[in-house]
Amino acid sequence: MSVATDLATRGYVHADVLVDTDWVAAHLDDPKVRIVESNEDPLLFTSNHIPGSVEVDWARDLNDQVRRDYLDKAAFEKVMSRLGVSKDTTVVFYGDKNNWWACYAFWVFQLFGHTNARVMDGGRLKWEKEQRPMTREVKSYPATSYSAPARDDQKIRIFRDEVRKHAEAKKPMVDVRSPAEFSGEKTHMPEYPQEGVLRGGHIPGAKSVPWARAINPEDGSFKTAAELKAIYEGEIGLKSSDDVVAYCRIGERSSHTWFVLTYLLGYPKVRNYDGSWTEWGNSVGLPIEKG
Amino acid sequence: MAAQPAGLTELAADMKSMDRRERSEALIDYADQFEEVPAEVAARPFPEQNRAPNCESEAFVFVTDNPDGNLKLHFAVENPQGLSAKAWAVILDETASGRPLEEVAAIDPHSIFDVFGSDLSMGKGMGLTGMLQLVHHEARKRLRARARTH
Repeated sequence: MSVATDLATRGYVHADVLVDTDWVAAHLDDPKVRIVESNEDPLLFTSNHIPGSVEVDWARDLNDQVRRDYLDKAAFEKVMSRLGVSKDTTVVFYGDKNNWWACYAFWVFQLFGHTNARVMDGGRLKWEKEQRPMTREVKSYPATSYSAPARDDQKIRIFRDEVRKHAEAKKPMVDVRSPAEFSGEKTHMPEYPQEGVLRGGHIPGAKSVPWARAINPEDGSFKTAAELKAIYEGEIGLKSSDDVVAYCRIGERSSHTWFVLTYLLGYPKVRNYDGSWTEWGNSVGLPIEKG
Repeated sequence: MAAQPAGLTELAADMKSMDRRERSEALIDYADQFEEVPAEVAARPFPEQNRAPNCESEAFVFVTDNPDGNLKLHFAVENPQGLSAKAWAVILDETASGRPLEEVAAIDPHSIFDVFGSDLSMGKGMGLTGMLQLVHHEARKRLRARARTH
């Protein structure tokens, strides 16, 4: 897949994981491409969306509806079949909130090894700002027979007990929540409600880099590799050889940072702790730092 | 104790019976009908006291008094993507404007989840509740004033 000129000049290690809005506009009718919108706001897709795109709802489609976990292999296969995606379909994610939920969906797809996936740089914000076409027509595609491997929870996902060992070994961790959540002043995002966390603060040793710092807020596009390095390497001392854990509140914002570190900066070992603060801050006896 | 406006109860029951897509389309239809507060009632910059708490769509709530002592509700939603806030504003205006203050003060916050569905995120639920809080506040303020004069 060719990389658009602008993306190619930004210095990303795996620039081909991104496509730009021009690329998407040129592939709206490409049967080998499925454009997938994933938002926080469940009304947005229905209100309008990129022509031909389909929706993946993070709560309904990607999570187990009973226990706290992601969907299993059978459920993932059903989602892919419903979306009309086969193994050789290039799935392009985009969404609201600077592609926050798009990156989350991308991450979940990687748990099932659908590596033929991209993210549209700038997401919904950039597409709308460029006044590109939107529609309310919901297109459906013939169901496919998709065979997924078992979910791999080892490579890009990490669980609480491993995180504790990681922290005790003083390996790098990035807390991508807001500064007030990191310090312990708040246990929730600004303007969001308290969501059931008993203690505020952060995992000992974690460094704070709020996830949205990776974004140009005016159009939702990713910052250049040099700008990202200045943040993650210049400010908190990460190295590409590091074994890095990212976390937030439930693992959604940190999937965005996981995406940035893994693909744009090319770090080979980054894991997302999706239990994140709603698990750590509620667990009895786990160490917490404040401030 | 007064019940909430019957129109809201009926609307909530209708919405509760819809599947997700029908509900989304109905809410977007409501959002499409949104009309911002008239300039003669309020103009930018809107006063902070009219800002709905916890609303990431930056909703503002205003009221004007009808000759009969009841309220006309007005709203502004600064985030152009604030579809839920716009839909809720239209629904509140349609069902609560002009209704007796007692009914407006009795609007049940659980109606929000009946209207928007149980999969409404907590963040959005809090924002819509924040809009309702301001509506409650205005109705209850007038009810207290009325009680003092009687």
